[in-house]
Amino acid sequence: MRSWKIIVSGEGGQGVQALAETLGRAAFQSGLNALYIPNFGIEQRGGVSLAFVQLSSGPIGAPKFRRADLVVALSPRSLRRSEQYFAPGTVLLYDSSLIEAPEISDQVVGQQSYETIAPESFAERTGYRERQDEAEIGSRRVIAIPASDLARQRLHPRVFNMIILGAVVSITGAVTLEQVKAALEEKLSHRFAHDPRLREHNHAALELGAAAVQVPLQI
Amino acid sequence: MEQAVEGEYRAFMTGNEAVAWAALAAGAHYMFGYPITPQNEIMHLWRRLGSQYERGFLQTEDELAAGFATIGAVVSGKVAFSATAGPGSVLFQEPLSMAEMMRLPVVVVVQQRGGPSTATVIYSQQELTLTCFGGNGEGLRLVYSTASHQELYDYTIKAFHNAWRYRFPTFVLGDGYQAKMREALVLYDPGERGIGPVPAKPIFHSQRRGAEKPLLHLRNSFSVEEELGEVLERHLDDYARAVPALVEHEFFGEPDGALLVVAHGVVGRAARQAVQELRREGRRVNYFRPITLRPFPEQALREALQLSGGSVLVAESAEGQLGNLVRLAASAEGLPDFRSYYRPGVGITAEEIKEAVLNERAVDAALLE
Amino acid sequence: MSELSMPRCWNKDSKPHRFCPGCGHGLVLKALGLAVDELGLEERLVFACDIGCSLLAWDFFTFPCMQTHHGRTIPVAVGLKRASPDLVAVAYMGDGGGYSIGLQHLFSAALRSDPITAILVNNTVYAMTGGQMAPTTLPGQKTETTPFGREESDTGLPFKGPETLAAVVQPEAYLARGTVARVPLLKKMIKKALERQLQGSFAFVEALSTCPTNWRTSAADTWSFLEQRMSRYYRPGEIATAGREES
Repeated sequence: MRSWKIIVSGEGGQGVQALAETLGRAAFQSGLNALYIPNFGIEQRGGVSLAFVQLSSGPIGAPKFRRADLVVALSPRSLRRSEQYFAPGTVLLYDSSLIEAPEISDQVVGQQSYETIAPESFAERTGYRERQDEAEIGSRRVIAIPASDLARQRLHPRVFNMIILGAVVSITGAVTLEQVKAALEEKLSHRFAHDPRLREHNHAALELGAAAVQVPLQI
Repeated sequence: MEQAVEGEYRAFMTGNEAVAWAALAAGAHYMFGYPITPQNEIMHLWRRLGSQYERGFLQTEDELAAGFATIGAVVSGKVAFSATAGPGSVLFQEPLSMAEMMRLPVVVVVQQRGGPSTATVIYSQQELTLTCFGGNGEGLRLVYSTASHQELYDYTIKAFHNAWRYRFPTFVLGDGYQAKMREALVLYDPGERGIGPVPAKPIFHSQRRGAEKPLLHLRNSFSVEEELGEVLERHLDDYARAVPALVEHEFFGEPDGALLVVAHGVVGRAARQAVQELRREGRRVNYFRPITLRPFPEQALREALQLSGGSVLVAESAEGQLGNLVRLAASAEGLPDFRSYYRPGVGITAEEIKEAVLNERAVDAALLE
Repeated sequence: MSELSMPRCWNKDSKPHRFCPGCGHGLVLKALGLAVDELGLEERLVFACDIGCSLLAWDFFTFPCMQTHHGRTIPVAVGLKRASPDLVAVAYMGDGGGYSIGLQHLFSAALRSDPITAILVNNTVYAMTGGQMAPTTLPGQKTETTPFGREESDTGLPFKGPETLAAVVQPEAYLARGTVARVPLLKKMIKKALERQLQGSFAFVEALSTCPTNWRTSAADTWSFLEQRMSRYYRPGEIATAGREES
């Protein structure tokens, strides 16, 4: 397997860290080497949330890196923040429905690392259209899936990040959907036991995301 | 006390969690802690698991109390530790100076954050000098700088053993990256690997009147200079005698080296990756990582320098704190061709170290020969 | 046992002790020694002393004694007691160590009701460092750092330790103020304070004491300062703890 250096970025509350950790855990359970590190600062919540994930069959060096193989950006602001990790050949995956920040309710607790959207992100919710110019982004491949809309319309807003994770599985081929489901089970079994529909929604979201990406990609 | 880790198994966890599990596996009895980022999860996990495995925890009123309470616990013969970072490490220097003078086996895990002052809660390597030499004394301490979660686990266990064996305050020096990142490691029961229990015994309360040894009174104040001088001479002799058994490092390279890249801790990972890639590209670069920063593996470094044409590049997330130790160790062989890549308070990637090596025009030609 | 004799648990090799003539420390340590003897606690006792004059007690007893840092005796005793609850921990300090640099430790241990016995010697000055103002220096009292007398407008009022702690300790805690002018009573208080630790509660005894060296007083003036001025501001006796608050 080729190794992957992945940036996942979004707003606090979008489940960026949960997505990244689940990916790392799935790779770990499949026998790969995996390293996941969140960026973290003084704020307890809010702001741009960024995660570095590396997956490899060989040893993994420094926890952070400058050039990513895959950048996942879930909000306009986090896309701008992630531009520094682009290099020739970097794949960009973003949520095309996210001209506004995704709607995530405080009442539900799913795969979210924070329970509310950052106050800072509200100012950028309206009137901003993200750049979609591939050349400017500097990435050869841009993959857009309307994850937020799909989640809202077909499943539940809270599993939006699992749609993205499903897409990441398809893009990288590093882990299987089954391995991701097993990683979710390890992390959330008590919640799934309490509400089995949560498991169904998460699984459906992973499959929806995986199918939304044309595979196999020539990367 | 119930055994916390049985057999051995792979796990995917944060460095802070690895430290807590290691302290449990080593048989530590008590943790005294005060909240400071990025070490908090050591306390969190220890507190939760502690009640399950009959271990104690107290959240003290400040770092001073955490350090001195740890001292009280070890004096009574119990394996105890604390964890801190940044401004907390500064406050810890007071109890640690006392532990140094009284030869008390206090173990402290330091997850470095940016400095000076409160700076960032994220990461740096700026607490090297403080951890090695922060007291009002001679730095009679053992300092392990780890580069992976496996090392965090291994050296936390080792820190307890060597603290009690050699009776010097002992540190595991990590950083915010290691604290917060998740990667795989193997947890194991030290007993099953032939590592016995930590050789802890009461430092004075067993030595009462009528006991074999004379009763003991511990002090660290002396009336005359000569009295202090004699005590320090004994401590310094003990330290010097222990050095050969304590120093540890990692090296790889070939005798044809034209440059030695030196880094410690998590930057060592970036350096190793960079050197491996440079070697694959045919460049004659070697790699050295001190694992003990105090005592420093001076002899091993000099030998590595000899295999590397006497040229060295030190990379660290500080402004020369490691660099100074390298210069000092290397100076016994004459001054090396010394270069540096210093990024105080900022993380260093493998890409950057590679660029730093290739930007050294003076050595670039030789590297490609 | 006669209270004129030396306590059994005194370390005779370290006598005569190192305190100045007329210093009250010896009397407080005598009261402690007698209390330990009477309770038969010698085998379980660990004595930790602060820096300042109290450090001169570092080898005073036949039970283990250790010197700590300025203000840090209480956390050492707390750590020792928590890790080894069978031991009986005595933290011995001066008014600077307990009420100034180490007040957060005294206060926090009291709040948690850590089962230790803290003994604080109040002689109204920093003695070992040469007679500076302490939190307990009386209004108008001259010291090296209040050469014209302590002014409350500048440096506040003298600190009343047990009375202050009474507001925060749990009802089972023991708080008292004794004086070296009445060693038998001081001994009774310390004895109660040790017993209270054995019952699992925090116990604190302040002992009013003398420092003729830094007060620069004759024997007669020393005694009248203790008995007239200090005892009037700092009332000896047991201090009632506030009741448990209903919630």
